[in-house]
Amino acid sequence: MTKHAVLAGAATTEPMIVMAAVEKWYGGFRALADINLTVRRGERIVLCGPSGSGKSTLIRCINHLEAYQKGEIRVGGTRLGDDGRSIEAVRREVGMVFQHFNLFPHMTVLENCMLAPMRALKLGRREAEATARGLLERVRILEQADKYPAQLSGGQQQRVAIARALCMRPSVMLFDEPTSALDPEMVKEVLDTMIALAGEGMTMICVTHEMGFARQVADRVIFMAEGSIVEEAPPDTFFTQPRHERTRKFLGEILRPH
Amino acid sequence: MNYVLDFTPVLDGLPDLLVGCLGTLLLALGGMAIAIVIGIGGVVLRDSRYKAVRWAVKGFVELIRNTPFLVQIYFIYFALPLAGMRLDPTPTAILALGINGGAYAIEIIRGGVQSISRGQVEAGLALGLHKGLVFRLIVLKPALRAVFPSLASQFILLTLTTSVASAISAFELTSVAQRIESESFRSFEVFGTITLLYLGISWLMMSFFSTISARFFSYPVK
Ligand SMILES: Nc1ncnc2c1ncn2[C@@H]1O[C@H](COP(=O)(O)OP(=O)(O)OP(=O)(O)O)[C@@H](O)[C@H]1O
Ligand SMILES: [Mg+2]
Repeated sequence: MTKHAVLAGAATTEPMIVMAAVEKWYGGFRALADINLTVRRGERIVLCGPSGSGKSTLIRCINHLEAYQKGEIRVGGTRLGDDGRSIEAVRREVGMVFQHFNLFPHMTVLENCMLAPMRALKLGRREAEATARGLLERVRILEQADKYPAQLSGGQQQRVAIARALCMRPSVMLFDEPTSALDPEMVKEVLDTMIALAGEGMTMICVTHEMGFARQVADRVIFMAEGSIVEEAPPDTFFTQPRHERTRKFLGEILRPH
Repeated sequence: MNYVLDFTPVLDGLPDLLVGCLGTLLLALGGMAIAIVIGIGGVVLRDSRYKAVRWAVKGFVELIRNTPFLVQIYFIYFALPLAGMRLDPTPTAILALGINGGAYAIEIIRGGVQSISRGQVEAGLALGLHKGLVFRLIVLKPALRAVFPSLASQFILLTLTTSVASAISAFELTSVAQRIESESFRSFEVFGTITLLYLGISWLMMSFFSTISARFFSYPVK
């Protein structure tokens, strides 16, 4: 398959994530207002918006790192409630990659990748190790398997973090600014890993300001401001004909050559 | 001054003193084992969702840290029989040392746990591990590493505090020394000798701690 064929609309019609009228409050502050969003299996979403607009909050509600107060979130067939059972069921389906990698410093790369499959999925050591090695290979870092996170560069750490999340065989991957803590020369290796993942049909929501990435892989770009979804469109339309003034202003700011 | 040194009673008693050293080590290691269990357990309970449990832990730490150890050990020694439990002096001393060291360990380990970034916990939760596993597998080791020097010096202190257990005649170095001293009246020689022995015990403990540190906490960090 050519890259173009892969990236053009691998999404199915089956809804993978449904957020319906979701509201999230921090005390008296409304961080998410009436969020309605359906992500289909295989769809790639890029989420952007100014700092404080609620991008992180939105994706963190999907795996219940933040509780939401109103509306409903469904992931796969599971309705995400406040009960441990539904939360754990959803978290097994949803992988997350963080801005600061959050690898476990006291475990080797391989151990980082084997921990959750063994403890949460109760896989045997042998099976967990085979899975981990396979995925480390896929993010092209298998040769570092026995090193500790502190011995790797930022880009390498982030690729390990991606592999670690993939070891749980998730159906959805959430990325929260995965490249913004990286030195410029390491951004590409992480983006390439994400592009490859997109090419394999993974359902993805990526909070990122890498607009080249958005153009290349996104099925839809979503723009948020002040806790609401302001605009969503396929990348072509989004970048060339933004409908809202807020979006134009935002694009003007981030696309301006530095 | 015409005090004439006479080490004969010390030399005669040397085998007893060395066995006393073993007694001291037994009290120290037993006390430390209990203290570390209380310390880790206390940190977990300190964040319990039940207010009563959180307050019980806080109250325990306050009580132990603001009262003299000598009083604590007497209290345990004389109160336990009233509660229908008869313990010999040595187990009583181990228990008292463990309880006392545990209260300090709670505060120290809690500091370590608080130094671990929220992102570590979130990464564990996002991987589908429940809270208890996240604490045990992800938070605990780096937290202990972060406070290991404080924990080690607290445990050296605990080791030296074993000498207070002579007050209830537990078997340890100081009580052996007191017996030799009362039989020979060679106070200077006896207590001078055990001062050096305690110094040796402390050094032994320190090298024990560095071995533990090298074995468990030597992973590289940024
Ligand atoms: N734990 C919290 N307590 C109170 N307010 C919070 C908390 N976390 C986030 N907020 C607020 O919620 C709003 C949305 O935050 P969020 O982190 O989702 O923004 P963001 O779009 O991800 O921004 P950035 O681009 O800076 O990461 C912000 O105004 C923020 O101050
Ligand atoms: Mg954010």
